[in-house]
Amino acid sequence: MATQTKPILHGYFRSSCSWRVRIAFALKGIEFDHLPVNLIKDGGQQLTDQYKALNPMQQVPAVQIDGITLSQSLAVIQYIEETRPGPRLLPADPKKRAQVRMISDLIASGIQPMQNLYVLQKIGAEKLQWGQHFIQRGFEALEPILKETASKYCVGDEISMADICLVPQVYNAERFKVDVDQFPTIKRLNQTLMKVDAFKLSHPSCQPDTPADIRT
Amino acid sequence: MANQTKPIIHGYFRSSCSWRVRIDFALKGIEFDQVPVNLIKDGGQQFTEQYKGLNPIQQVPAVQIDGITLSQSLAVIQYIEETRRGHRLLPTDPKKCAQVHMISDFIASGIQPVQNLYVLQKLRAEKVQWAHNFIQRGFEALEPILKETAGKYCVRDEISMADICLVPQVYNAERSGCCSVPNKRLNQTVLKVDAFKESHPSCQLDTPFRGK
Repeated sequence: MATQTKPILHGYFRSSCSWRVRIAFALKGIEFDHLPVNLIKDGGQQLTDQYKALNPMQQVPAVQIDGITLSQSLAVIQYIEETRPGPRLLPADPKKRAQVRMISDLIASGIQPMQNLYVLQKIGAEKLQWGQHFIQRGFEALEPILKETASKYCVGDEISMADICLVPQVYNAERFKVDVDQFPTIKRLNQTLMKVDAFKLSHPSCQPDTPADIRT
Repeated sequence: MANQTKPIIHGYFRSSCSWRVRIDFALKGIEFDQVPVNLIKDGGQQFTEQYKGLNPIQQVPAVQIDGITLSQSLAVIQYIEETRRGHRLLPTDPKKCAQVHMISDFIASGIQPVQNLYVLQKLRAEKVQWAHNFIQRGFEALEPILKETAGKYCVRDEISMADICLVPQVYNAERSGCCSVPNKRLNQTVLKVDAFKESHPSCQLDTPFRGK
């Protein structure tokens, strides 16, 4: 599919969902423009009318690509998979594909939504415990699944959408002080993936909107 | 792909995620066995060691099919899409396909998880308001998206995975007494389709008294 203009990613350096899309773009070698949406400043720039028109859910990321606007990181990733060449992000085998989707959804529906910013703001003072609980619970479920499916990466020996979801969630786990050492398969996979350029380049510590005091 | 045995859905009559899979099987004309997992009785049968062995996240549904066990309803639905014939649930056009994914994920990640049973049980108080807030917020965001994408169904004029996600979420909204349910026209249209009627929570094997 011919693309005339670069995609635009509206995201936040530390948003795990935005990071997933950055990883996918990097793996596919797709250049894109960043438009930062600061989730904290000015009461949260995702709550402006302008951003709401782009993404009515008022969350990040939103991606403008090929004349359409997409939200929901996995929808974006699967669109890129279907329209861009480059390494596969979903295996050819239907059973392995299903495992990739299952792991991705376990993270993207089963863990992350319970510890995203909007929910934590509603929880209030106990947000750290709340976030820890859901990440802990999610990783306790994920560890035995990955023990079955993983080889070098989450499913077999090729990087997939499951790896794209895992790494940002481990980053979140560390931010919530969940001890990832409890989950040896998750830990090993994360360490392996963090050596891959696409994961390093897209890391929250080195984005255009990363604050100077945490930039590396 | 040769299928020797019927798939098994481990689910709950009223679980919206289980309902999605039932709708999908019905749309594809796939016969299956149901093993009920009562989310309330005995402290919740999803918490047994036996069920945990099947689905470590201890939620429904879990589906045994073609020698593997899958959880996460959208992973199941897309596996069925790729391995069975029948009505397409994902458009061939990549942009429309992306819209179906977006709407489905909107519901399956953006609304349902934050008002599911486990989360509500964890809240100290105000469960009803919590559920209302998240469903209302999600539906308010979904309405303008559907205005753009919908024809007869969520995305143009063919039933898709997006419709499969919408109807059970509207059911949840109505159960929680959520006052304004947008997308009424779509929901009403889709509920007339046999696959949605047959798989409705009111008429499952484990529906109490076969009532609401």
